[in-house]
Amino acid sequence: MTNNGTILSVKDLKTYFQTEDGVVKAVDGISFELKKGETLGIVGESGSGKSVTNLSIMRLIPEPPGKIVGGDVVFDGIDVRSLSIDEVRKIRGKRIAMIFQDPMTSLNPFLKVSTQLMEVTQLHLGHDKTQAYEHGVKMLETVGIPDPRSRMDGYPHELSGGMRQRVMIAMALSCDPELLIADEPTTALDVTIQAQILELIKDLKARMGTSVILITHDLGVVAGMTEKIIVMYAGKVFEQAPTKELFSTPANPYTRGLLKSVPDPAHEQGKELYQIPGLPPDVAHLPPGCPFAERCDRVEDICRKEYPPFVQINEGHHSLCHFAKEVYEESRREKAAAA
Amino acid sequence: MLSFLLRRLLLIVPMALLVVTLTWGLIRIAPGTFYDSEKKLPPAVEANIKKKYGLDKPWYYQYFIMLGNVTCRTMAEDETTLNGIQFNVGSARVKCFDFGDSLKYEGQSVNEIIRRHLPYSATIGIIAYILALIVGGSAGLFAALRQNSIYDYGSMALAMLGLSVPNFVLGPILVLIFALGLYMVPAARWGGILNLILPVITLSAIYAAYIARLTRAGMLEVMRSDYIRTARAKGLNETSVLLKHAIRGGIIPVVSFTGPALAALLAGTVVVERIFSIPGLGNIFIQSVLNRDEPLTLGIVAFLSVLVMLLNLIVDISYGFLDPRIRYE
Amino acid sequence: METNDNNLISLQDLQVHYRIGGGIFSEAKTVKAVDGVTLDIRKGETLGLVGESGCGKSTLGKAILRLTEPTGGKAFYNGKDLAHLPKSAMREQRKDLQMIFQDPYASLNPRMTVGQIIGEPIRTFGLANGGIDARVQELMETVGLSRRFIKRYPHEFSGGQRQRIGIARALAVDPRFIVADEPISALDVSIQAQIMNLLERLQAEKDLTYLFISHDLRAVRHLSDRVAVMYLGKIVELAPGKDIYAEPLMPYTKALISAVPVPDPEIEATRERIILKGDVPSPINPPAGCRFHTRCAYAIDACRTTVPQLAEIKPQHFAACIRINADNPNIHANHEAGLGALQQK
Repeated sequence: MTNNGTILSVKDLKTYFQTEDGVVKAVDGISFELKKGETLGIVGESGSGKSVTNLSIMRLIPEPPGKIVGGDVVFDGIDVRSLSIDEVRKIRGKRIAMIFQDPMTSLNPFLKVSTQLMEVTQLHLGHDKTQAYEHGVKMLETVGIPDPRSRMDGYPHELSGGMRQRVMIAMALSCDPELLIADEPTTALDVTIQAQILELIKDLKARMGTSVILITHDLGVVAGMTEKIIVMYAGKVFEQAPTKELFSTPANPYTRGLLKSVPDPAHEQGKELYQIPGLPPDVAHLPPGCPFAERCDRVEDICRKEYPPFVQINEGHHSLCHFAKEVYEESRREKAAAA
Repeated sequence: MLSFLLRRLLLIVPMALLVVTLTWGLIRIAPGTFYDSEKKLPPAVEANIKKKYGLDKPWYYQYFIMLGNVTCRTMAEDETTLNGIQFNVGSARVKCFDFGDSLKYEGQSVNEIIRRHLPYSATIGIIAYILALIVGGSAGLFAALRQNSIYDYGSMALAMLGLSVPNFVLGPILVLIFALGLYMVPAARWGGILNLILPVITLSAIYAAYIARLTRAGMLEVMRSDYIRTARAKGLNETSVLLKHAIRGGIIPVVSFTGPALAALLAGTVVVERIFSIPGLGNIFIQSVLNRDEPLTLGIVAFLSVLVMLLNLIVDISYGFLDPRIRYE
Repeated sequence: METNDNNLISLQDLQVHYRIGGGIFSEAKTVKAVDGVTLDIRKGETLGLVGESGCGKSTLGKAILRLTEPTGGKAFYNGKDLAHLPKSAMREQRKDLQMIFQDPYASLNPRMTVGQIIGEPIRTFGLANGGIDARVQELMETVGLSRRFIKRYPHEFSGGQRQRIGIARALAVDPRFIVADEPISALDVSIQAQIMNLLERLQAEKDLTYLFISHDLRAVRHLSDRVAVMYLGKIVELAPGKDIYAEPLMPYTKALISAVPVPDPEIEATRERIILKGDVPSPINPPAGCRFHTRCAYAIDACRTTVPQLAEIKPQHFAACIRINADNPNIHANHEAGLGALQQK
């Protein structure tokens, strides 16, 4: 399965967790393809399954209680699910790297920055100590850490949040991976630092040609960073589309609600903000119909009874909704009226 | 760091004095004296004894004499002793940490008694301590690695047993089986290496059990943390994840337990020394209390309290080596 | 500055300095978390307070309510200087002054039921006329929680619901002023909008005054009548929300606004970003002169030595920068024109 230029293809991936409360279908049938050099955004609220998706790709789901129960993950022609764990380890950190949400807790507080940086290249590139050290210094320089040599010998707690995230990125990119998975890389950071980190990822991506999966709850973050976007809700893909199309003409009521509920600085103050009512559902006890039905502003009887179809709107644009086409048309009309 | 050390060392002085004072107070409150016997002494004899040991003086006078004996005081012209530390201040001779003579064992100094009996307790204690660390640590480690496996349940059940069976039960049972039943080891008394086996096992069981549980809990906590996920995402295998990334954070709770544990083990435990007839410090300590042998009790208390505090200080310092976020100021 | 009838809260040179370290052998250091803030909060308004983490915005909020003791300056409420009230007198004022916290998980006692949590302040201040439960249920309804939940514990609720519990607790004593310290930043996007709408509705219904502390400029912009921007313990810009967004004067404010990503790929593709270099310096040894000069693109030598004062540059629009004044409000233009430090009028 070597599609031209496809680096990662995920088909109908399902990851379930066994809990006291029943089976939680954290990810329930997600499919996408990522081309070389492309950036994919995965957007969703907490519990939507966006992080589990990516831990599943890396086979990092704690088992038990979690288990990948179905689907294919094909990375550069390799069926990741069929590999032995040792073979997966050869991919982790070398060909697929990850950075995580909280740089405060994701770096080992007990080990020096140098130790944590060096072990990656010693493991995957067979560097000796000197080579690994020099490579580490170079990587810190690349991610814009001033005075990298003195930082190498320091500990993570001596660094600010932004600097720690830079160290994480340096670590992730040490082996020049083909795919970088960034799981909420800026959520724990200040806006000014977020802007620095996003700029850095964008810049490194352009220089190194890395494909990126960017997971976030912030639609603003993916707007300027990605080529296409997946919107997840309750473990399901609700909408997936090229970035521009998703923002201009969303075909799913949930996406539309999310977009409208972000306060827009251009709008007048004092106007009531659009709000999606209610709460996300309990993923262990999903109703038979659409999981979003109880919160949807255009819900009809069928939504509560039948599970919605995954409707194709355009090339690469799908929406999980009984009325996907209607919602899409509505968005188009609004767009035209606004223009 | 240096100022931290200095401060902590200085702090030991008032703490130890407080402990000694409280002990002295308790001895005085308790009924009975060291010269009590079956027969009531004639009043004249009793007055003589009181005079000889300064017991006819007011209590605060006695208290300061006692403090001087435990810490430092000037020596009389004709006083000779080789115990403690002695030095000259001007023309006066000063001696420190000479706890005086025992009232019960006449002619023997407290320092000498401690010197003679500590090695027995310390030998058993240190071996038991090392055993507890090795057995408990590795059992906890494996239990954490194979969480919810048969091994985990088995070792934790054993640890629970170790915690709940008191050593005065465990000791005799071991003696019954291995000494009196199988004739593998001697039942009691001090002698060769074989004599050490049963007391060491009896003494270390509870500590090994406790360390196993602490290690398991600590490791499980750490294995769930974000940085372990990061380490796995880098492609490290589980052994590296464990030995390089997890162990330092995981054993911190164990370290905080080992300081006081070592002190308790070094001081000897009365029960084990009694069961196996070992002439250790614990045995002597209890005897001294029963005999109202005040200098001996206070000497051992002063010695042990300083030892406990020093070991705690060592533990606190070793935190700093384990966790770079800890800074001593 | 005399106290004005339109102002509910009036801060004059309020300071919170902490001493850290300092024993027999080590030198004490002073953290200037809040360093001389003079600010009025008007009756019925929402004053937004923004800044990066560590800038002292939460400390300022807590210092007004004396949840952190101010170390200098005054905080007037109702003609009384809260900063210098005796503890017992302050307790009476607490009824009017409430706080909503960032982390709804940490700020609710896990061993108390919702009824007990919301009922506690009512009991403390003896406010229940009619049963406490009736009042609690009424409050729960007000914040959008079902009455049925009164016997439940905090862990049985989602983040958004817990924040509603926190709001109900704050409302229980019929306060006049609420400090909302990052009330939405721990919540999911779809829930943030709900809480913001709730806060606005309550303000209108109950005639509340808010100090809304957040690092989220979009939320601050949406909720606030006026916005104060804080940097390292000092207010550097203060203006009506619309103005501060449309025409920010301070380079720092400009950078803050430009850093917020816009959920629109077309705008994102074309707009220019000001990316600040480095992190916020430590408040232990803040830079001399203008505290922002280490990261400012327009810094000149005078900025390293002169401490800028907050001055009215445009009507109702205050800024603290020595390179702008009422005649030359645009720092970029001043910079191009080669103007150095300007006289304030």
